[in-house]
Amino acid sequence: MYEHLISSYIVGFIVLNVLLGLMAYMTWFERKVLARFQDRLGPTRTGPFGLLQPIADGVKLLSKEDIIPANADRLIFLVAPLISFVLAPLGAAVIPFGRSITLFGYNVDLYVTDLNIAALYVLALGSIGVYGIILGGYASGNRYSLLGALRSAAQVVSYEVVLGLSLVGVFILSGSLSLLQIVNEQSQSLSFGGLQVPNWYILSQPLAFALFLVAAVAETNRSPFDLPEAETELIGGFHTEYSGFRFSFFFLAEYINMIVVSLFASTLFLGGIDGPIADGVWWLVIKALIFLFFYVWLRATLPRFRYDQLMGLAWKVLMPLVFLNIALTGLIRLFGIGAI
Amino acid sequence: MGVIDDRFEKNILTTSVDTVFNWARRSSLWWLQFGLACCAIEMISASMPRFDLSERFGMLYRASPRQADLMIVAGTVTRKMAPVVRQLYDQMADPKWVVSMGSCANVGGPFDTYAVVQGVDQVVPVDVYVPGCPPLPESLYYGILELQNKVIKYETIAKKHGVDVADEDRINAREEAKLALGPRR
Repeated sequence: MYEHLISSYIVGFIVLNVLLGLMAYMTWFERKVLARFQDRLGPTRTGPFGLLQPIADGVKLLSKEDIIPANADRLIFLVAPLISFVLAPLGAAVIPFGRSITLFGYNVDLYVTDLNIAALYVLALGSIGVYGIILGGYASGNRYSLLGALRSAAQVVSYEVVLGLSLVGVFILSGSLSLLQIVNEQSQSLSFGGLQVPNWYILSQPLAFALFLVAAVAETNRSPFDLPEAETELIGGFHTEYSGFRFSFFFLAEYINMIVVSLFASTLFLGGIDGPIADGVWWLVIKALIFLFFYVWLRATLPRFRYDQLMGLAWKVLMPLVFLNIALTGLIRLFGIGAI
Repeated sequence: MGVIDDRFEKNILTTSVDTVFNWARRSSLWWLQFGLACCAIEMISASMPRFDLSERFGMLYRASPRQADLMIVAGTVTRKMAPVVRQLYDQMADPKWVVSMGSCANVGGPFDTYAVVQGVDQVVPVDVYVPGCPPLPESLYYGILELQNKVIKYETIAKKHGVDVADEDRINAREEAKLALGPRR
């Protein structure tokens, strides 16, 4: 019992620290890849290949003045970035990074915990994380911040519905909300004649995958859905008034959210730790990297949506499609066509 | 006044900390997205693919002055714009630097009229002046590299804070620059 608890703590500690390190290098990765997309070089002067750039940024932000505006709501202003930052990495607690292994005679699970409502938990954390943005925007006492916060609230409420409902198809097929169970379901291979195909849900749920991808980009406030921080309209959106390390908390939270959503998506749709040879965490990392690259690709390619287009897309296009997907999956499951 | 003003002497500990922080400051000078006139076009071209000034040295455009370290005053500062420039400067978080880009921002340029501020250093303290009308991107480059050399020598404990001190610094710097330039016209 206690052994299990201790191994959970240790795995959780490692996951959290690796996530923070990865997040720092995610900014480097984004700047480099974005620069290559735009035919530039990206950071080159700070260390070899600009590899020390995230460290320089972090240290500089740490040493900046911490400004609290005169008409800010002081307490909420101070707490809001922490809400965003603390809630962001918690989603990684339910992602399976491997199956159980035996280490020094102990049975160690390579995941922090296996909740039976893991998917719901990740979605719930996403909703609570928005409080940081809304409170931060409200407490700044700045109308641009407030507008950014309101946009964020509307956007997240709309896209959360799509995000949640797009996963229903997966739950119908797997019969469980536990991510470990979903991974186990996906690691069975199907054979069509001589052809061996993995039972990854991207193959049986392509529509759900596309919808999830769109909604996840909107959920993490990334381009082309980065309306809450649209700098051409709202200066910095919700973090206009934040300086120094408080600003970097929002920054960190955004990048950690990206990583967690990428891990979540690869676990749900791409089989997670399952691979053609030698199952393990490396497959999960490769799949997550594909998603992270996709995020940067989108940012380099697409301009920002107009606000009414954003809402129209969520309620008029994605919502009917998501219901269609649920109905089709349910019918197929009910009448056993394809017998997945 | 800052909390640590006149409290510590210069010793190995404070200077080592300064070295690390100054390296970080030098390597990530985020600059305020802000252009006043034609020099801004050269500034934009300096950050575009051919020169890539902004990203190669670890610089980023920030739209909010709260998150910026560096203000590049690119263009003619009119009397109407001067209070805005000053307000933007005041909104930036310490430590902050200013580059005056182009003849207009340096000394008023060709516009020796009632409507134009004769040098942005009447409004904000300037660290590096980049001459030219407008300066080529290479000149801005050189200015930024000179600024990086200046940032690496920044002393946290010797730096005074507050509006009065900044204004005094500004006036002193202006007098020095005037002396160095010699009589005008």
